[in-house]
Amino acid sequence: MAFTFTPSNQKKINEILPRYETKQAALLPILHLAQEQHGYLSPDVEEAVASLLGLPVVKVREVTSFYTLYEKKPCGKTPIRVCRNLSCTLLGGREILEYVRQKLGIDVGESTPDGRFRLDSVECLCACEMAPMMQVGDDYYGPLTKEKVDQILKEGRK
Amino acid sequence: MNELILSKRFNLKESHKLQTYLSTGGYRSAERALKTMKPEAIVEEVKVSNLRGFGGAGFSTGMKWSFLPKERKKPVYLVVNADEGEPGTFKDRYIMEKDPHLLIEGILITSFAIGSHKAYVYIRGEYVKSYRILQGAVDEAYAKGYLGKNIFGTGFDLEVMLHMGAGAYICGEETALLESLEGKKGFPRLKPPFPAIIGLFGCPTIINNVETLSCLPTIIERGGKAFADLGCEKNGGTHLYSLSGHVERPGVYELRMGTPLRDLIYKYGGGIRGGKQLKAVVPGGMSAAVLKANEIDVGLDYESLKKAGTMLGSAGIIVMDETTCMVEALLVTARFFAHESCGQCSPCREGTGWYYKVVQRIYEGKGRMQDLETLMSIPVNMGGNTICAFADGAAMPFSSYPVKFREEFEQHIREGKCNPTKENHAYAYH
Repeated sequence: MAFTFTPSNQKKINEILPRYETKQAALLPILHLAQEQHGYLSPDVEEAVASLLGLPVVKVREVTSFYTLYEKKPCGKTPIRVCRNLSCTLLGGREILEYVRQKLGIDVGESTPDGRFRLDSVECLCACEMAPMMQVGDDYYGPLTKEKVDQILKEGRK
Repeated sequence: MNELILSKRFNLKESHKLQTYLSTGGYRSAERALKTMKPEAIVEEVKVSNLRGFGGAGFSTGMKWSFLPKERKKPVYLVVNADEGEPGTFKDRYIMEKDPHLLIEGILITSFAIGSHKAYVYIRGEYVKSYRILQGAVDEAYAKGYLGKNIFGTGFDLEVMLHMGAGAYICGEETALLESLEGKKGFPRLKPPFPAIIGLFGCPTIINNVETLSCLPTIIERGGKAFADLGCEKNGGTHLYSLSGHVERPGVYELRMGTPLRDLIYKYGGGIRGGKQLKAVVPGGMSAAVLKANEIDVGLDYESLKKAGTMLGSAGIIVMDETTCMVEALLVTARFFAHESCGQCSPCREGTGWYYKVVQRIYEGKGRMQDLETLMSIPVNMGGNTICAFADGAAMPFSSYPVKFREEFEQHIREGKCNPTKENHAYAYH
């Protein structure tokens, strides 16, 4: 089924487009909107966005496949991104990742069967002062302990 | 403690609000600059101030601005690099969330100085909170006439637009950032032409880091000379140092340029956690060469750290204590560069991946002595052979860990396990 933007997102797009010098420059923000609406960027979405901006689909595919924040397949709603970079590793980030994996019963790159979470192990989120840390949805959490992870996941399930 | 310029509002209540900013002297520098100064005079003050780009390269800001063409046939853009991503660095996030108007005032003064009427702020996609707070501040500034049309009644117009990235370290490289802003994958551009001549949408463009621009109100308020005097030779002002790892008090510390690394760790950071011994320090973000414990009597400025064989970079200082496995530290570093290489140039794409595999083999106890020679040769073939500085950045840690901690790497290869923790690394990294 062809993808279409909701009326409210279409309105947002109509506001975004004239602010950029070229249509293509609006690609990243429009893909962010599309992902917010659809959950991930399916080939349908890529085609719809390409035709909206007058771009070849391959120009959109190049972008969706280059950037890590764009999801290319169906996935859990809330992303959990556990930092795996140096400061977090030094302060127990690996144990935290292992604990989150066990707790959710899924591996890195997978989503929970109830569709609530998806789990990623990511490079530096630039919050090393709160190491070991992770991002759940929009928010940063740290320094993490197993107890804090329990609490955060419980809140996230609500 | 030295005088605070950049972080003086961080601990105020509602520090991100316009009202707080105005009641503590905010937007007065911009008003003075727009009403009483000529753009060329501002550029001169910035040159005198010895302000250097705080994104990592440390290039003279005034010099960068003066590369703009004298004849203006096309619009000029200011692009703010808020794509903070260098591991160990988190200072720009503090500015955007705790004192966003300081950045906006810096953007306003800079735009006036370089003759730009449109500024883009490119923020990394994960910084949702920073984005919201900064957008809130931009909205406030528009509402009160600090942005928009006819600012301070001077006839000067400025539009500021926030733009979210989507998760790619390379987009912090200024020409990759421009590509990304134009809606493309983040492949760095060949230089020359430099962005000051052909930048965003083919127009002259100045790209500056968040912290760099946040220095502008102080430079206008006190003059370039006074700003230069706050720092050390050739390094003007103060700097936000991001301190993390095995220290008692990690965080952002605003200190005079040239402050000794030892003081940052022991005096300000409270020393090593749990009274342990220091083993190693990364002084300037992950792309800097690692220092051993006996190399920390060095000033935190561009020249001193360069002389010590490393760099100030983005001033992200990562501290490692005696329990740290240096093979693991390098493995995490190598994985980062392998993951973030954009893949455009083969020496970087292949070199970072190959290097990571070799370190992984050593870490997992399957290393061979000749692997150490391989680790030495890969960075030599990467550095200087690519379009952007990413490979040179990777080459710095790649060629320092196995040299400075050679015994530990040899032991790993000989015994298949780690020295400090005496445990075998049986698990694979992914």
